[in-house]
Amino acid sequence: MVEKKGLSYWLSHAGLILGVIVIGFPIWLAFVASTVTQSEIVSPPMPLLPGGEFITNYKEALFSGINAPVALMLLNSTIMALGIALGKIFISLLSAFAIVYFRFPGRQLFFWMIFLTLMLPIEVRIVPSYGVVAQFGMLNSYSGLIFPLIASATATFLFRQFFLTIPNELTEAARVDGAGPVRFFFDIILPMSKTNIAALFVILFIYGWNQFLWPLLITTDPSMNTIVMGIKQMFPSGDDNANWPVIMATSLLAMVPPVLIVIFMQKFFVRGLIESEK
Amino acid sequence: MKARNNRMASIRIKEVFKSFYKTKIIHGISIDIQEGEFLVIVGPSGCGKSTLLRMVAGLETVSAGEIFINGRMVNEDEPMERNVAMVFQNYALYPHMNVFNNMAYGLKIAGTSKKEIKTRVDNAASILQLEDLLERKPRDLSGGQRQRVAMGRAIVRKPDVFLFDEPLSNLDAKLRVKMRLEIKALQRSLKTTSLYVTHDQVEAMTLADRMVVMNNGKAEQIGVPLEVYDYPATLFVAQFIGSPSMNIFKGNSNNNAVTFGDSIEISSKTRFDGEVFVGIRPEHLIVDPDGLLTVRLKITEPLGANTLVYGTVKGTNEEVVISLPGTVEIDSLKNEMRLSFQNKNIHIFDRKTNKRIG
Repeated sequence: MVEKKGLSYWLSHAGLILGVIVIGFPIWLAFVASTVTQSEIVSPPMPLLPGGEFITNYKEALFSGINAPVALMLLNSTIMALGIALGKIFISLLSAFAIVYFRFPGRQLFFWMIFLTLMLPIEVRIVPSYGVVAQFGMLNSYSGLIFPLIASATATFLFRQFFLTIPNELTEAARVDGAGPVRFFFDIILPMSKTNIAALFVILFIYGWNQFLWPLLITTDPSMNTIVMGIKQMFPSGDDNANWPVIMATSLLAMVPPVLIVIFMQKFFVRGLIESEK
Repeated sequence: MKARNNRMASIRIKEVFKSFYKTKIIHGISIDIQEGEFLVIVGPSGCGKSTLLRMVAGLETVSAGEIFINGRMVNEDEPMERNVAMVFQNYALYPHMNVFNNMAYGLKIAGTSKKEIKTRVDNAASILQLEDLLERKPRDLSGGQRQRVAMGRAIVRKPDVFLFDEPLSNLDAKLRVKMRLEIKALQRSLKTTSLYVTHDQVEAMTLADRMVVMNNGKAEQIGVPLEVYDYPATLFVAQFIGSPSMNIFKGNSNNNAVTFGDSIEISSKTRFDGEVFVGIRPEHLIVDPDGLLTVRLKITEPLGANTLVYGTVKGTNEEVVISLPGTVEIDSLKNEMRLSFQNKNIHIFDRKTNKRIG
């Protein structure tokens, strides 16, 4: 089927190439815009080939920026995204562990309560969340950025489903070997969940990285801005001129870490999919 | 780790009951297992044999009754505290650990020194011929090798009791026979008290010092394999043990005379009046032109060493199977065949209670 040549072969390639162009062209334009001067952008026609200002523009973006240096915003975003991803994984591993392996009163109830929160995205509870965070004095802080987003029904659900596939005998073998719940968690469950953790990490890191509304709401200090909302903050209010080359450079910089994470972690979870651990 | 006394374990299961909510699984079982004894529990699926084993292991709670290991009541003890080791049907090896770590895990938790762990694992590995596989992960092992690792994991702990939960069911027939012999040899040399659960009566017969035949949560009979085979205590045991299973005919007992089939009358010492079942094992039926039993033949199954002949009893149409030695050509079988048997090979069961009466 793959070997087949002919009309459908060329058609499917044409389709794919067209798709790549549609998606790639704006990114290319952004890249071109980040390598030319401000005046070159605003005078039509827009340039389609990179100019010579690459180093100047990126240097300006990284180290001075418009409101805050992009390097700082990248750091903020990285801390927030890592905090959210790791925190979500940690909490959902623990709660899934509790739900699957412990019989406590209201186990089902708790599971369904966690499950129900799937239907409550941050936007629904943003006002009360803001109130809580403000009263705890966590505005303009990493903890304020991270903690309200850390609970994850999705991840809990995924881990629960995964734990349910771990054969009961394995749990019992560990019990006979003398492993208590904590040991069992760290020695057996955690290593077996490696590939799930890797896959979730990618998804959750990008989820955290792309947070916009929440950081916008709780960080008023430019030095706490995250990059995704920072780009928005770079747009001038009123009649000021937008510094497009720097904004474009910032946009491209904002894409680099998620792309790196995907490329780097892909190896792990593709390997995880190939070698079944059970 | 707590000090092990030199006296080997004996298990005492005393009037043990088990129910899940309202469903009763085990209805009062008492078994004493001697030190170093290999006891096999055999029964059809769903008879509660695995549940009983798991109660001894501490993986299931005991609803009523008491379980003693080494004279100590262990009802409330965690599996670890009972110092038992268990071999599971699907091996239950830790998939992310190599063979060495799989065997060493229990010892590590017990806080055994690294050196001691190494000695014990190497020793177990050499007994089980696993020396070359210590670095491998379970997924790179064959079924038989995994089974050995599971046994190695049990051996290194030097437990008071080995518990086997259908350990050979996942292996192919040939390997099963091989591992069966290995398990027996191993248990003989280690002299560790063992409790072994299986649904395979051949395993039970060959491995057991004594066997327990279980049905519907009750121990139907406890005894030495051949004793169970020769003198089944109940109709269930008679039919469950032995392959092909015992022929059962409806009959009537009148003091010392039992009649069955096409008015065949035999003498017995039952001194019982009433309806009975008469049982004869397939291999105890002999082709004999003057035989009392006339059988209409249906089909033969040549197995090489012997031939199974299926038919119905003339007069009552009850199913009967005969195991004849060697190969019997189907042409040589006439439409009807007369068979004889010896009175000592007749088993008689009360039809009301299904208990053996003679």
